[in-house]
Amino acid sequence: MNLAKWQRPAFWALSPVRHVANLRDEVDNLFNLAFARLGNTPEAEPRSQFLEGWYPAVDVTEDKDTLSVRAEIPGMKKEDIEISLHEGFLTLSGERKGGEKLEGSETYRSERWFGRFHRTISLPYAVVADQIKATYTDGVLTVTLPKAEEAKPKQIPITVK
Amino acid sequence: MNTVAQEETRPQTAPNVETPREYISPGVNIVETKEGYILEAEMPGVNKDGLDIQLEENVLTLVGRRAPAPGGTSLYRESRAADFRRVFELDPSIDTQKINARIDQGILTLTLPKAEKVKPQKITVG
Repeated sequence: MNLAKWQRPAFWALSPVRHVANLRDEVDNLFNLAFARLGNTPEAEPRSQFLEGWYPAVDVTEDKDTLSVRAEIPGMKKEDIEISLHEGFLTLSGERKGGEKLEGSETYRSERWFGRFHRTISLPYAVVADQIKATYTDGVLTVTLPKAEEAKPKQIPITVK
Repeated sequence: MNTVAQEETRPQTAPNVETPREYISPGVNIVETKEGYILEAEMPGVNKDGLDIQLEENVLTLVGRRAPAPGGTSLYRESRAADFRRVFELDPSIDTQKINARIDQGILTLTLPKAEKVKPQKITVG
């Protein structure tokens, strides 16, 4: 599996919505740039990847020892969630099953997304790969990544002479 | 054809609250079967204790309060901290005594059965 940053699918170049999505990417990039200048800021891939499926919201928080990545993916089965780490990129993906039309039923509203999702987040710190833990509760995936020793803030005692 | 579960169009703010609260309108799927309606609403981060489902006359209000997010310093955020709320006007064919709700992994599922008298009946010629 290729774990590098997301790449445009081939049909993309022909899609009539590409201008809109390109514009959105550009706006996103401006924001990402603005925030990236503030220092250790995680970065998500361009939003135009919605064309490949649905696009759950992702949050990243940190405390002294850990990074936490939280994704809102309600209605999944645990076994359909995939998490992988490759060269500082954390990839969350999976498939939400369901959404098939019931026999003899009529659809009134269809606002939920089914099928595959895929998010890649560039982690701002080195993490201990074999100590990553994940939980899935109330439709929220939480991935806890312990920071590598060198990424933790250190206090250097300085004696004033 | 009967009207389906209609959506209320008033602004999404709670009444009798001094500062109007902001809510997220959860995405829903609604289907009608012979037996009734099935409504699914996406409320990630909401469990049974955070659910508040009210029925007044034929107006159904769904509120989902999220458990507080864990602490820590936010580095990147796409989710919104607000609770969920959405209001529907129920079709008169629904037997409001028999509405059933459950929530599993952030999906609220309501089954709204039709009253016996409105279900299609097959009449055989004797």
